[in-house]
Amino acid sequence: MKTIQIEVVGTGCATCQRLHEITQRVAAEIGPEAVVTYVANQDGMRRLLALGLMQSPALVVNDKVAMIGFNPSTEKIKALILENV
Amino acid sequence: MDIFAPLQSAADWLAYSILSLQRGTMLGDTINFFVYESVKIVLLLLVINYIMAVIRHYLPIEKIRDFLQSRKWYGVDHLLAAGFGAITPFCSCSSIPLFVGFLGAGIPIGVTFSFLITSPLVNEAAIALFIGLFGLKITAFYIVAGVLIGVVGGLVLGRVNIKKHISSDILEMSKSAKTSGPNVPRDVFSRDLLVTWWNEGFTLTKKLLPYVLVGVGLGAAIHGFVPQNFFAQTLSSGAWWTVPLAAIVAVPLYSNAVAVIPIMQALVGVGVPFGTALAFMMATVGLSLPEALILKKAMSFKLLVAYFGVVTVGIIIIGYLFNLVMGSVNVIG
Repeated sequence: MKTIQIEVVGTGCATCQRLHEITQRVAAEIGPEAVVTYVANQDGMRRLLALGLMQSPALVVNDKVAMIGFNPSTEKIKALILENV
Repeated sequence: MDIFAPLQSAADWLAYSILSLQRGTMLGDTINFFVYESVKIVLLLLVINYIMAVIRHYLPIEKIRDFLQSRKWYGVDHLLAAGFGAITPFCSCSSIPLFVGFLGAGIPIGVTFSFLITSPLVNEAAIALFIGLFGLKITAFYIVAGVLIGVVGGLVLGRVNIKKHISSDILEMSKSAKTSGPNVPRDVFSRDLLVTWWNEGFTLTKKLLPYVLVGVGLGAAIHGFVPQNFFAQTLSSGAWWTVPLAAIVAVPLYSNAVAVIPIMQALVGVGVPFGTALAFMMATVGLSLPEALILKKAMSFKLLVAYFGVVTVGIIIIGYLFNLVMGSVNVIG
C-alpha cells in the first residue's frame, strides 16, 4: 500500500483551515494510506509560491496541484485526490 | 419594462394581503420594501455569482499573471490589471501571495497596485447590488470610476522605490517564486461544470445572505422611518466638506459591500447627495484595517499610508464628480 501525500497549502486564513478540516474527513474515508499535512503561514506562503500559485488555499496530492481555491464538496475533493494518485 | 415587476406584485401581495398591512403606512411600506429588495438582490447575486464562477474557471489569477508578464504594455497594463481586478473575486487572505507572485513575475509594482486597489472596490457583489438598486447606467459609471481609481492609484504608487519600501522577506520570496502557472488540468467544458458553477455561486450567495438581510433591513428602516429630505439641508451638494468627511469616516469601518450598498441607497433616498454616499460606500469596502494589517507584512508603513492616502483621495474626487454631474437628480425611480 503506497501512501498518498495530501497537502493543504495556505496562508493560514479561515478558508484554508476549513479546507484542512474537510480534507482530513475525506482522507479518513479513503483509508490509512492517505496522509494529510497542513502547510500554513510563512511555510504555506513559500510552498504556494514554489508551486507557482497565487491563491490560497491549494490542495496538493503527491506534489501535484490538484485544486486551487476552496471547494466545500467532500465528493469533489475525494475525486480530485483519487484522480491525482 | 421592469423585469422585476412580478416581484413587486408578489411583495405587494405579501405585505398588503397576507399580512394585511395598510398601503401607505410606514410599517406596510417598510416590510414591502424589505421583501422586494432582498429577494431582488438575492436573485441578482445568484446570476452574477454564477457568471463569476464561469470567469474564475476560465481565467484563474495565474493565467492573468502569465498574460501580464508576457510582453511590454506601455501603461495599458494598468488598465488591464484594474479590469482583471474588477472581474476576479479574490479573498483578502490571498493578497500577499498575489502581491509576491506578481512581483516575482516581473510585473511592475504599480500594475500590482492597480489590481489590488480595484479588486475590492469593484466586485461581483457590488455589481449585483448596484444593478438592483440603481440600475444599469449608474452601475456602468461606478465600474468605470473604480477602475479609474485603480489605474491612477497604480500609476502614482508605481513610482515607489521597491527596495526601500517592500519588506526584504517578500522580495527574497518573490525571487524564488515560480513564475509560470502549474498545469492543473481543467475541463474545457462538461455538464458537470454547469453544476459545479451553480454550487459555487450558490454557496457564495448563501454566505452573503445574512449581510444582504442586515443591509436591506437597515436600508428599509431608514427608507421607512427617516423623513424624506431629512439630510437635504445639512448634507446638500453645496457643502463641500461632506464628501471628504464621508470618505475619511468610512476608512476604519469595514463591511461587506453587500451590507453597505442598501444603506447607501437608503441614505440617497433621504437626501444625502449620491457622490457623498458613494464616497462613504467605496471607502468602507475599498479600504479597511484588516487589509492594512495583512499588507503591513509586505510593505513599509510609509508605503501603506501612501496606498491608503492615494485611494482615499481618488474616492473623494469620484464623489465630487458624481455630485457635480448628477446634482440633485433623483436616481431612485
